[in-house]
Amino acid sequence: MRAGREAKSPPSPAQPHGAGRWPRRILVAYVALVLLFLIAPILAIVPLSFNGGSFLTYPLDGLSLRWYAEVLTTEKWLRALTNSVIIAVPATALATILGTLAAVGLSHSRLRGKAVITGLLISPMIVPVIITAVGMYFFFAPLGLVNSYSGLILAHAALGAPFVFITVSATLSTFDNSLIRAAASLGAPPLTAFFRVTMPLIAPGLISGGLFAFATSFDEVIVVLFIGGPGQRTLPREIFDGIREHVTPAITAVATLLILFATALMATMEALRRRNERLAGQRKEP
Amino acid sequence: MTQPRLKARLRRAERTRVLRALALVLPLGVFLLLVFFAPIGDMLFRSVHDPEMATTLPETAAALREWDGIGAPPAPVTAALIRELPQTFSERKLAGVAQRLNHDISGFRSLILSTGRQLDATPESPDAGPADPAARLAAIDERWEDHAYWAALRRASFNFTDFYLLAALDLRRDSADRITAVAPEEAIFVTILGRTIEIAATVTVLCLLLGYPLAYVIATAPGGTSNLLMILVLLPFWTSLLVRTSAWVVLLQNEGVINGLLLASGLVDKPMQLIFNRFGVYVAMTHVLLPFMILPLYSVMQTINPATMRAAASLGAPPPIAFLRVYLPQSLPGIGAGGLLVFILAIGYYITPALVGGANDQMISYFIAFYTTRTVNWGLAAALATLLLAATGVLYSVYVRIAGTAGVRLG
Repeated sequence: MRAGREAKSPPSPAQPHGAGRWPRRILVAYVALVLLFLIAPILAIVPLSFNGGSFLTYPLDGLSLRWYAEVLTTEKWLRALTNSVIIAVPATALATILGTLAAVGLSHSRLRGKAVITGLLISPMIVPVIITAVGMYFFFAPLGLVNSYSGLILAHAALGAPFVFITVSATLSTFDNSLIRAAASLGAPPLTAFFRVTMPLIAPGLISGGLFAFATSFDEVIVVLFIGGPGQRTLPREIFDGIREHVTPAITAVATLLILFATALMATMEALRRRNERLAGQRKEP
Repeated sequence: MTQPRLKARLRRAERTRVLRALALVLPLGVFLLLVFFAPIGDMLFRSVHDPEMATTLPETAAALREWDGIGAPPAPVTAALIRELPQTFSERKLAGVAQRLNHDISGFRSLILSTGRQLDATPESPDAGPADPAARLAAIDERWEDHAYWAALRRASFNFTDFYLLAALDLRRDSADRITAVAPEEAIFVTILGRTIEIAATVTVLCLLLGYPLAYVIATAPGGTSNLLMILVLLPFWTSLLVRTSAWVVLLQNEGVINGLLLASGLVDKPMQLIFNRFGVYVAMTHVLLPFMILPLYSVMQTINPATMRAAASLGAPPPIAFLRVYLPQSLPGIGAGGLLVFILAIGYYITPALVGGANDQMISYFIAFYTTRTVNWGLAAALATLLLAATGVLYSVYVRIAGTAGVRLG
């Protein structure tokens, strides 16, 4: 609803004559409907989580926090949250370190076959997750990596590393390599130059890549379905089973908390992106 | 004199740089090799590897490999089978082979197991004379006189097979080793592949129809509005897939929000079936994948100079013509990149169709999972995965040509 009102304000730079307002109005109305389609399902689920009754439909049967109380006191959901964090945090750390190193290595290098190497390094992002999951299901079993946290951490790190690699590479592409030479000419050893010069400048890319990797692990369910055991039931896994059996208001409460989390994630990413754009703009100006 | 030395030093410096680059790439490379490429390679190998017969019934398999597959099986084959089958049965090692053969001819499992049991229970008495092994097998079960079973045994005797890959395309080898179509009632995979492409294509077109105008408005709106609209696109993008899918279940189910509104308004008198069918799959998948269409479209449209449209108008082109001849061609790379990206993601989709689709809306991923965990037929699961991976690889290489190796534009 809000989206529709905002969408009506833009003037039309591509509309040369005052005569053709109608096509623009139809366009704006159409776009408002598309935005409604994008946002409405997410917004519709939020009020239902505050429903006093246990039916997932409007009008609400009074307001209450009972479903939040249920989620926050139920062993199942708390366990799932803990599991998600236990897996996502180390997976993110591993993905961030490996992805950053590879991005630094490939940036500004005239390595032959760079395109092929890049293609291979980001392939976990492209290969359908079902294929990765089934492959790991066969391959990890004899190694004792199924039904274990370590297997899932390794798997999620592999799925998250390409995101770090891409965002850090993108930041490095605007990175001025003469800064490293300047540091070296002032006597900084390569490692010092990396931590004192490169790191602060690529930090936004590194953080957003890390957030991507975290979100990937936090939302991943297919690999968990295949190689996770009953001891590694994560939040997405519980929601998956919940949807399969019966969507309860408790699930809408969990969903609302996750939407809140997504909003925070998105706000952080936007802030990082703007900071990066500002810095890039400054560097371009003489 | 100094020139060659300078050259050598430059070359050495260059080599050091290359080595340093490789050393930094190596950790991720090795990690992915062990955790990602090895499992996928192992799975691809499974789609052609067929070791059951060769390891469980080695002599029979060796004899079968010698046979040209024409006419009745030669004596060494039947003799080896009679020798090995009861022994393997008593050691309880026959299950794997039985299952493998059952994948080829339904009912072969019980044939091989019961033959093993009977041979084991009535060992040949020495005074009975050199009974013909073929006749003895035929006496246990007359199916042993059917050439088709021996041909299937021979097909299973090699270490490598095209059996699963053919099966994934509804093909098989007949008893004369020619590739033929499977019986119509067994042909399911071409339908599933067609359905996968149909769903992915429909979702791609829907995403384009919904995403193009929105991307256009975001790209041409003034800064503040553009940012706000972008946030409305990015919020669903960042929201958990499971959350978005459960939102659609809540909206579309029979006792859900939309049916509640429809019933309350009197437009319908009984709930409409909006979910667990193709409609639900299209709606939920389009919703999930729409941002992946909008983002590449937007980044291309952002670079289109609005002056080109004004120029077209000043030269007398009515807006529709100006759009078709000037704007649309310039936005084609965005359509290509977004369309391919959505299509690539859609053909591999598993979670959304599994949760909001019905039995006839499941795509290839569902069957890969099904043959892996429900009915254990890992060769077939691997063959289906190989097909999906090949399709993804081809489409992705086209995508890279259009959009570059930087891959997906993130956020």
